[in-house]
Amino acid sequence: MPSRRHEQEQPVPANPRARAKDSSPWNWLLFVPIVVPLITPLFNWDAPRLWGFPTFYWLQLAFIVLGVSTTTVVYQMTKRQG
Amino acid sequence: MWRDNLTEIIIFTFLFLLVSAMGFVAARWRAPKDMAHLDEWGLGGRSFGGWITWFLVGGDLYTAYTFVAVPALLFGAGAAGFFAVPYTIIVYPIVFLVLVRLWSVSHRHGFVTPADFVRTRFGSPTMALLVAITGIAATMPYIALQLVGIEAVLKTMGVTGESTIARHLPIIIAFAILAAYTYQSGLRAPALIAFVKDSLIYIVILVTVIYLPYKLGGWGKIFDAADAKFQASPAPGDGILLNANNQWQYITLALGSALALFLYPHSLTGVLASRNRDVIRRNMSALPAYTLLLGLIALLGYMAIAAGVTPLPGAKEGSVDNNTIVPLLFDQQFPGWFAGIAFAAIGIGALVPAAIMSIAAANLFTRNIYKEYLRRDASPAQEANVSKIASLVVKVGAVGCIVFLDPQFSIDLQLIGGVIILQTLPAVALGLYTRWFHRGALIAGWIAGMGLGMWMLYQIPGANGRQHFGGSAFSLGEFGFDTTRTVYVGFVAVLVNLLVAVLGTLILRAAKVTDGTDGTTADDYHADAGDPRLVPAARTETGAGAAPEPVA
Repeated sequence: MPSRRHEQEQPVPANPRARAKDSSPWNWLLFVPIVVPLITPLFNWDAPRLWGFPTFYWLQLAFIVLGVSTTTVVYQMTKRQG
Repeated sequence: MWRDNLTEIIIFTFLFLLVSAMGFVAARWRAPKDMAHLDEWGLGGRSFGGWITWFLVGGDLYTAYTFVAVPALLFGAGAAGFFAVPYTIIVYPIVFLVLVRLWSVSHRHGFVTPADFVRTRFGSPTMALLVAITGIAATMPYIALQLVGIEAVLKTMGVTGESTIARHLPIIIAFAILAAYTYQSGLRAPALIAFVKDSLIYIVILVTVIYLPYKLGGWGKIFDAADAKFQASPAPGDGILLNANNQWQYITLALGSALALFLYPHSLTGVLASRNRDVIRRNMSALPAYTLLLGLIALLGYMAIAAGVTPLPGAKEGSVDNNTIVPLLFDQQFPGWFAGIAFAAIGIGALVPAAIMSIAAANLFTRNIYKEYLRRDASPAQEANVSKIASLVVKVGAVGCIVFLDPQFSIDLQLIGGVIILQTLPAVALGLYTRWFHRGALIAGWIAGMGLGMWMLYQIPGANGRQHFGGSAFSLGEFGFDTTRTVYVGFVAVLVNLLVAVLGTLILRAAKVTDGTDGTTADDYHADAGDPRLVPAARTETGAGAAPEPVA
């Protein structure tokens, strides 16, 4: 969830050379949540169940957490300093 | 019959009118000095921060049809319908990487649509026109599907008549109101309403996933009931797990849908309306919260099985309308007042995306057809005006799809929509990374992918004895492979599109055929808000009154 302070007006960066850095090695980490949810042999099982959910369902819901944490880490590591 | 549901109807109508009022007021919300500019009407002044973008993009991607159709898929077919969860997980890292580049280049050049980008990147008005037409064609049935969502709710409340007009009157009224406030407020209307929509949906879902499993005997019982149903059914593709035949379908459908999702013009509208790169990137790690919601909503399909819901009859004799199972589940399990709130959540959930989609389609028409081919020297004010009118036409068209065609036909069109929008992937998504493709080869690839995709969809038989356009799962056996495995049509079509584009580029380069010029520089793809080197585009033509910086 975006933090509240960002909703306030942010000062416009004055430095015309301030460029976003797209080409960070951290970006490669983003391929984990792109690839893992597509490997069906990983989760296409009934057992073990968790709170009654077959593995197929609870593990895929758990991949949401994987996606959120990966993008959060990459965002934190690549965001512009200052 | 509708009298039994009076409480539901009153609450539904009240909330519906409340958000309509908000839609009209939205014109003054965060408003600039003049709304007579496409950036203001169609992109909310490109000024939205983290929270608004979160609600706007979320409201845009998780539509009424999602809330109704995904559970219906699980109800009918089981595990295969759960593809929506991996699909909405993998889409965000993709966007995180790709769409910030599109935001940057659009910010610097004043692009409003993906076709604007293609026009400048490849120096090809023809490819831009194809992207624009593809976008409009794919969006119209998507809007119509929002109506299918509302209709499922109205049907459950018993608000239906015998004649065609009586049956559709509530929808026509709802859309007339929607059209009026979108005309007046532009993108600000859905942005403001999205807050209400999502609050309602969160309340409804939280209550549902806590209360219903308790009432139905726990999650284990719900899954067992679903399992028992699919064990008993003769269909080969259903079950609470995937089987050997539909695993590739599951994978390719999840990946293909994720790629298609952000090629849809309306998703780009939400992204381009954000204030800066940071807002987009931050949102991509927050938006999966909706995926959790989607996963839980999907499981309503199994709850409906456990609760013994029987869907209402469909439009044709003997058919059933699976889309009604979620409204029916609410109607049967909850008191009237809460069912009313739940129905309003679905109904309002249709308005937000329908508004954004019609704005996106209108922008495509204005920028890439009207300004490109009909009136070169259109002023920004004229552009805004054309877009407002085009958005009305688009909505009338969508209502027409529902009233005059079989709703099932709209669902078919949506299926085709996903396949065709994927064909813009080489030009739009890969174009953000490389200028290697020749513009002629991109056009050839588009034609090849589109042709093959249509042919494959045509080959797929459906339920109820339908011969063609019955689904998106193409049996590989049709290609001569000795297998019963199926794969997503759009995925195959876009691979062929890419192959043709690559071969075509090699051939055209070897033949030294003239290529267009690239109007962008490498630096454009990294520009952020406050960039002093904006390429003078339409905005400077407005003269006084228009802020040179679309910030704040």
